[in-house]
Amino acid sequence: MTTLRHMWLALGITVTLAGCSGNSGENWHGKDISGLMPELQFELTGADNQTVTAEDSEGSVRLLYFGFTSCPDVCPTTLAKLQTAIRQLPESHRDDITTLFVSVDPERDTPERLASYVEFFGERIVGLTGDEPALRKLSKRYRTTFGYDEPDDEGNYNVSHSSAVYVFDRTGEARLLLRSDLTPQQISDDLERLVSD
Amino acid sequence: MSGFGYLLPYDYSPLTILSYVLVLALYGIALLRMSEAMRPGPLRITTFVLGVLVCYGVMQTRFDYYSQYMFFVHRGQHLILHHLGPFLIALSNPLPVLRFWHQQLGPRVRHWLQPLGLLYRILQQPVIAAVLFVGLIYFWLWPAIHFDAMLSRDLYWLMNWSMLLDGLLFWWLIFDPRSPAHTNALGYGKRILILALVALPQMFLGAWIVFSREMVYDVYEVCGRAWPMAPETDQLLGGLLTWIPPAMMSILGILIILRRAMHADDNRPRDKVPESDHTLAGDHA
Repeated sequence: MTTLRHMWLALGITVTLAGCSGNSGENWHGKDISGLMPELQFELTGADNQTVTAEDSEGSVRLLYFGFTSCPDVCPTTLAKLQTAIRQLPESHRDDITTLFVSVDPERDTPERLASYVEFFGERIVGLTGDEPALRKLSKRYRTTFGYDEPDDEGNYNVSHSSAVYVFDRTGEARLLLRSDLTPQQISDDLERLVSD
Repeated sequence: MSGFGYLLPYDYSPLTILSYVLVLALYGIALLRMSEAMRPGPLRITTFVLGVLVCYGVMQTRFDYYSQYMFFVHRGQHLILHHLGPFLIALSNPLPVLRFWHQQLGPRVRHWLQPLGLLYRILQQPVIAAVLFVGLIYFWLWPAIHFDAMLSRDLYWLMNWSMLLDGLLFWWLIFDPRSPAHTNALGYGKRILILALVALPQMFLGAWIVFSREMVYDVYEVCGRAWPMAPETDQLLGGLLTWIPPAMMSILGILIILRRAMHADDNRPRDKVPESDHTLAGDHA
């Protein structure tokens, strides 16, 4: 009987531990990833074929999102949602947020095509891409990946990529992961706290 | 990617590679230097090396990449690290090799290793070993924990190493080659009971994953999959891998232990146990 009680006790402790770390202290709407991931660092190509690094946007809160311009629904939805969230912030805060849209489909997404795509969504979005090794390096750094489907008869193919937005604070520390089920209001709340930090 | 490329690690870990090289080297040196009578036969050596290589394969080849970005491959990785690999290693009975190295250690080193021995004996208490075996599976598959483990490189390595080490401890307890009649090794009945008991919660967990309508492990959705596969399919396959093969390995383990128990029964002399019948490292593999 005592052995059985010990077993339940051990199970109970495991469950309690698991419960605790799932919701750490501060109540963000997004998932708190402080300490889980390395600081923001990349070297990619922006519009006009210029090299862009993390330092270029230092001092602002960075939203990093992987996608591709031929993306049927999730990329446009996410980008539009982010812009809605940013527009809900006080005007003085809007310039403190930079959205980095990284295309993992360099085959189709030329810097020009990327530039006109992100322009459609708003002003403070930077369209970025690079050769596959550079993209693999960046996605590996943030524990994500991407893959390509076989092209159909017209040469169209689907691309699997991360559906979440990585949020880095002004100093480049990884802070939040915004899942796709958040509302613009929730994202806005989180961003406001980060910008005011 | 070339065929050779698939053999290279996705996330290169010098410490992991060093550990595997060290284990194989120590095993090989012991084989060469130990007496003919104690040396394991070719079948046991092959079983040992195979067990070590499958574990290495899922940790330091391209397999690891797919394990990080596909739930079902991740389940396959843990099936090998926690079950199949350690199962083979323990079944190969490396006890003579361990004894050989233990004899090589000086008394001073043995003294320093004592706390480790104590920890080992605590972890090998049947109830603790069984709870730890199942508990670790539940712990790393707890959705919030699993999410963090897949996001953080450090946690990911901790997860895989803890699964491997616990797997080794557990299957070593089960396949301890020493006879329970003459040593303090765990009795065959208790071993069978543990194997049956640990199978139940694993089957429950696997079935729960399989029949979950919503996505339990959305980290693979969040982080992108290695190739575009329906999330439901991925979760279903992962659930099946958590459910069926571990249960089958428990059954297989029970059959092996039953065979040993029957063997021991057959060999038991009618009146008294002769002193000379203490072949500790029986060739059970």
